[in-house]
Amino acid sequence: MRVKIKINDKDQFIETDPGEMLLETLRKLDYKGVKHACSTASCGACSVQLDGKPVLSCTTFTAAVDGHEVKTIEGFSDENSLSDVQKALIDEGGSQCGFCIPGLVVTTEALLSENPDPTQQEVIDYLKGNLCRCTGYESQTRAILKAAKERRSK
Amino acid sequence: MKTLTEEKLNVVNTSVEKVDGKALVRGKPVFTDDFDIPNTLTVKILRSPYAHAIIKSIDTSNAMIEGVVCILTYKDVPHVIYTRAGQGYPEPSPYDTFVLDKKVRYVGDGVAIIAAETESIAKRSMKLIKVEYEVLPSILDYEHAMDKDAPIIHDELEISGAYDPKRNIAAHYEMEIGNVEEELKQCDYVVDETYYTPNQSHAMMEPHGAISYFDPNGRLTIITSTQVPFHARRIIKRIFGVNSRVIKPRIGGGFGGKQALHVEPYVVAVTLKTGRPAKCIYSREETMTASNTRHAMRFRARAGAMKDGTLRALELWGLSNTGAYGEHALTVFMVGGSKTLPLYNKVKAVKFGGDVVYSNTEPAGAFRGYGAPQGMFPLDSVLDELAHKIGMDPIEFKLKNSIREGETSPIFKIMGEGREGVDQIINSCKIEECAINGSKEFRWYEKRKQPRIDRQRQIAHGYGVAFAMQGSSIPAIDMGSATIKMNDDGTFNLLVGATDLGTGSDTILAQIIAEVLNTTVEKIIVYSSDTDMTPFDKGAYASSTTYVSGNAAKKAAEKMKREILNAASEIMNKPIHTLELDKDGVISEDGATLSFSDLQTKLFYTFNQRQLEVTESFVSEVAPPPYLVSFVEVEIDLNSGKVKVIDFLNYIDCGVPINPVLARGQVEGASAQGIGMALFEDHVMDKSGRLITNDFFTYKIPARGDIGRIQVRFAKSYEPTGPFGAKSVSEIGLDTPGPAIANAIFDAIGIRIRRLPISSETLFFEIRKKGL
Repeated sequence: MRVKIKINDKDQFIETDPGEMLLETLRKLDYKGVKHACSTASCGACSVQLDGKPVLSCTTFTAAVDGHEVKTIEGFSDENSLSDVQKALIDEGGSQCGFCIPGLVVTTEALLSENPDPTQQEVIDYLKGNLCRCTGYESQTRAILKAAKERRSK
Repeated sequence: MKTLTEEKLNVVNTSVEKVDGKALVRGKPVFTDDFDIPNTLTVKILRSPYAHAIIKSIDTSNAMIEGVVCILTYKDVPHVIYTRAGQGYPEPSPYDTFVLDKKVRYVGDGVAIIAAETESIAKRSMKLIKVEYEVLPSILDYEHAMDKDAPIIHDELEISGAYDPKRNIAAHYEMEIGNVEEELKQCDYVVDETYYTPNQSHAMMEPHGAISYFDPNGRLTIITSTQVPFHARRIIKRIFGVNSRVIKPRIGGGFGGKQALHVEPYVVAVTLKTGRPAKCIYSREETMTASNTRHAMRFRARAGAMKDGTLRALELWGLSNTGAYGEHALTVFMVGGSKTLPLYNKVKAVKFGGDVVYSNTEPAGAFRGYGAPQGMFPLDSVLDELAHKIGMDPIEFKLKNSIREGETSPIFKIMGEGREGVDQIINSCKIEECAINGSKEFRWYEKRKQPRIDRQRQIAHGYGVAFAMQGSSIPAIDMGSATIKMNDDGTFNLLVGATDLGTGSDTILAQIIAEVLNTTVEKIIVYSSDTDMTPFDKGAYASSTTYVSGNAAKKAAEKMKREILNAASEIMNKPIHTLELDKDGVISEDGATLSFSDLQTKLFYTFNQRQLEVTESFVSEVAPPPYLVSFVEVEIDLNSGKVKVIDFLNYIDCGVPINPVLARGQVEGASAQGIGMALFEDHVMDKSGRLITNDFFTYKIPARGDIGRIQVRFAKSYEPTGPFGAKSVSEIGLDTPGPAIANAIFDAIGIRIRRLPISSETLFFEIRKKGL
């Protein structure tokens, strides 16, 4: 079957099987920033934004996204610049191996658009579904609060 | 962040940006699964549903459906015995593994390799393979592995290096200094208890995976998510008799789980058979159930002290579960003593030993801490119990008996990596600063004066402390090397075998080079871990990269500096002693300058033409331990037994941190893994030996919100043998959470838990029993 999905602001017409998950579709289309880590909707590494809301692409049928807008990590920065969230993650040591980072950035962006001034507890609650085994989360929380503050002051 | 050294440093001890940072936060295709090579076959593994069985027959005829290119069984792969452990050669682990064998030894053991055009075809084919098994009795509880009627797990004739496979003993070790039995008799107080630490899954976010292919010239090339590319190449040669090139791309976490060969032999078998590229990426379930786990251990700990708090004798006697295969069996077990007991070097007698046994469970392997967390839980717990018995503050008691600068322990010489170790005098040890400053910052004494139980809210607060040491490298065995090549644009290539698995080693090695060469990290272009392109390095394990690879990098940079000054002296026509390196170039006493770029350009085209390139290697003679004192505050819900970590303060002596932000991240991350091990990570099997905890739903790793606040403070320390004063930092943080939390729970409610993880259920029943 053929679906139309707007991916990172670009309309794409995609041939897909009815049972195919968005994670697989996106990776086939070379959006390799979308990570496959668990397949059971428990880790958040495959997070993308669907019409601005974070979803887990490993359990979202591609067919169900027909006519909608998807944003992946590739849509949050270009070759010349990083987003403030990405920059803060580097500065605070919030990205060690980096495997969970695309999903984290995508979800954080959704958080900050809903709530530009989150408390530490709100950051933790919103991002509970994004697992990280390297950092112990402390540096990521620091980075997100810092980026949010910077963004508000702009 | 920069404050800890008096050396005048520009780049080292500074939190420069991680050299791979931008690529990682952008989600660039840098991990093994992100590489698409045309015409690649998808490889899947059929795995045993039985814990212990003989394969009577395998019928693949129905499974050769359209799109399946080959199905390999034990009859189709080399019958060469090896160990999957990625260790220096000859390995101290037994040779007890085949790529595929006629016998399966745990639920998840490999039975057949399926290679197909697509993943869905491979999965369909797998279901059509008919295997007839003769099911054997199995050992699921390692404490019964040496029972008289226990089945023999490794009865293959080819096995070598195992201690007593007929009794399921993979390894045995014992040592004693002085006479523990006699000393204990003299003690005023003795504690004698048994402690358990659990299996733990590495749960790195990136599953295991590898790709193999022939390059256009026919060289077998393996892209793999490994911590040990050079060992992988050597072991592939042993199994298949072929030379290869191993490339490590970025790694999505390892923690020791990738210090072994998991996927590589499967894809290589397919590429050799078909000539085609082959890719195998483990599912989460395979990563959880069919790779490696932390060795579960039981230790009987005995400790004796005098009324004044003088510790007199220590003993750890253990049993370790290596699972179906003996990867790292002996060495992990020995570290349970060798990197814990020297911390208390004042004792008159010390004893360590026990057995490492096979069982029909997932093979154990290397896991961050490498036995030290398993040894430190009983050791620190028993000392905490002893301090309470004596009526002494545990910090005071542990500090009174712990090692200091200028001292040694005979254990350093006696216990090494599966063999004798090396003598060493401790040059840097700031454990007093860690304990005293840490207790002030944590407000230890004030907090411990407060009441612990709040009846109104049915909660209790408790405060615990734990001490730890680790090592820096495996001395006299493991080697690292570095090559530096000068370019005509003012940059340098740093080629290292060292394996950055997310830790930031590429970055800190570049910092070391930049410091010596008076340049900046942006001018150091790092290429690492490609066995055809970079010089040898043992790989990322044993807390060795900063220390061993860092020292190799520093040596190479110093040699490059001499080469540069030599060449500059010729070009500038000035005596070498009048020249120094200045920012990105050479400056003479009289102010004449020559930039690095001009220097190498002249050497390329017009003057005494040559490429400046140097290689240096480093093997350490010692393994300076880092030290850590951790303080924890827990909150216990008396209605449910749930333990919440409120605050976890680490005060660490890791020498000079080369990159403070990255060093802090290592400690924070290790603490979180340790908290997981202390409170909820465990393997649960069904009656058949199948792991039920096989995904992130059933196997709980700490999520955001599960870990409270983790803090890190660095002691002001300088290790003279380390590069710019550095020691290791990556593993030690995992040693303290287990004992610190158990000690805090005791402090809160007087209940001593001697088995990790301390689940809510366990504590709930203990609270009930005590009537709290």
